[in-house]
Amino acid sequence: MTSKELEIKAYESRRLILDGVHAAKCGHPGGSLSCVDALTVLYFDEMNIDPADPKNPDRDRFVLSKGHCAPALYATLANRGYFPKEDMLLLRSIKAHLSGHPDMVYVPGVEFSTGSLGQGISGAVGMALAAKHTGKTFRTYAVLGDGEIEEGQCWEAFMAAAKWKLDNLCAFIDVNGLQIDGSTADVMPSEPLDRKLEAFNWHVIKINGHDYDEIKAALKEAKTVKGQPTMIIMSTTKGKGVSYMENAVGWHGKAPNDDEYAVAVNDINAHLKELGVEVDG
Amino acid sequence: MADKKATRAAYGEAIVELAEKYPELVVLDADLAAATNSNKFAKAYPDRFYDCGIAEANMTSIAAGMSTVGLKPFTNTFAIFAAGRAWEQVRNSIAYPHLNVKVVGSHGGPSVGEDGATHQMNEDIALMRALPGMTVVVPCDAHEMRLAVEALLNYNGPAYLRMCRYATETVTAEIPGYKFELGKGVTLKDGSDVTIIATGITVPFSYEAAKILENEGISARVIDMHTVKPLDEELVLKAAQETGAILTVEEASTIGGLGSAVCELLCEKCPTPVVRHGVPDEFGRSGTAAQMLELYGLTPEGIAAKAKEALKLKK
Repeated sequence: MTSKELEIKAYESRRLILDGVHAAKCGHPGGSLSCVDALTVLYFDEMNIDPADPKNPDRDRFVLSKGHCAPALYATLANRGYFPKEDMLLLRSIKAHLSGHPDMVYVPGVEFSTGSLGQGISGAVGMALAAKHTGKTFRTYAVLGDGEIEEGQCWEAFMAAAKWKLDNLCAFIDVNGLQIDGSTADVMPSEPLDRKLEAFNWHVIKINGHDYDEIKAALKEAKTVKGQPTMIIMSTTKGKGVSYMENAVGWHGKAPNDDEYAVAVNDINAHLKELGVEVDG
Repeated sequence: MADKKATRAAYGEAIVELAEKYPELVVLDADLAAATNSNKFAKAYPDRFYDCGIAEANMTSIAAGMSTVGLKPFTNTFAIFAAGRAWEQVRNSIAYPHLNVKVVGSHGGPSVGEDGATHQMNEDIALMRALPGMTVVVPCDAHEMRLAVEALLNYNGPAYLRMCRYATETVTAEIPGYKFELGKGVTLKDGSDVTIIATGITVPFSYEAAKILENEGISARVIDMHTVKPLDEELVLKAAQETGAILTVEEASTIGGLGSAVCELLCEKCPTPVVRHGVPDEFGRSGTAAQMLELYGLTPEGIAAKAKEALKLKK
């Protein structure tokens, strides 16, 4: 896909994220909007997947380790055709399958149940290790949050991935700089992430997480790396695409009310129109 | 009686013996392979053994990930870390999506001995039993352990396998008609006055206790409840109806484990006097395994005395 086509898909997914969180009256829009561009490139351009055959043993795997950003994963899966987009309106509803955090049992396309931070990356390490063990050539991808990496388990997983030279594993850290209690720099400083990951024997690539060319190039580079897992450290804007949510810590885990939702939809639609997409409402 | 052997030793041999038959079996450890006895497997099948270092949380979630690709991972560490430190990983990474991972907790209970309270895991049966869909198995001797391992390899779902450091006698090999089936307790000895329902290494002690009681004219039934969850309700109810008094015995806390499981069942379906015997609501201390078991009365004599208490409650 061209970068423009990917951008259109990403903004369609942003609209679905907002539809879902608004309908649920709760959820996590901020971090969903910061990582959805990476998810879009993975699901629409990079990964070897087939929504019609979601259990194919040779498919690439994706784990959303920052599981609270389930709206981004569900929106991407719906947009990619794993289940109807209308299901997003039943996000977090007792009537449907889209629970508050990703559920691998009930949601087609979800590879690992996450939500308890730090566990997803270990699960992804297990998948990549199992691929090596069984001689399978599928790749495993994961997205972590920059707050999530405060969990010690992440660093246990980083050590293990390097020990077993998992060059079939490529993870992202979504560095949007904010977590529930404030800026990550204030709550628990984690920089310099690149030097830390390099010291953990990962191949590190730093990119702008909203630049589709850079995401694509990083994923391409990751596939050429031998004997090391790759970490793509992506600088992002929390709440990206919705004017009043951008870089606002309050939108970590809060749903827009009807008026705010209208503004958000307007922001997304305006961007889609700029991209030449006809939108209604 | 056969020679004494620890269930962990039997486990170490079983996974090696079953490795060829079950090629999906992979074994993970967290730097305790010599103690958990997974080192024999590591030596025989180095390409199927993954040492995760001292990082039990990571090991537990890695195993979950591996199982999604079709492998049958067994994780190994001390019970305190398997069920304690990594409890939430067992809950969310393994039990919640009902993945095919076997969590093996070695060194359960006070018979860990000299290492003391930090390493004597008394709460693991309660912690694991509380998880929805979790199977909890506590084999009582070396013979039963071998059969339990193969049964768990054939069971597609999450399970906790508890084993012991302390070497004990094998009783199940000499029981006529003995058969191991997950979720089905085994009546080792029939009796009509009281039933002793035991799990783990307290089963051979209970078997001996029944002989002491027999000499005193008390007919005690002995049930080996190797699977604490799902509990063999039918067998417990039958024992309650036929003997009218129950003693539960476990080398674990009396809060939340086998004793609680039996009481939960009986209070709702067949109210019956029950005495729960095990580790009281306190932390352990250093001592030899034998001294620790003696301290808590987890000996044939101690169990026989408790059985008489249960008998006194009978109306």
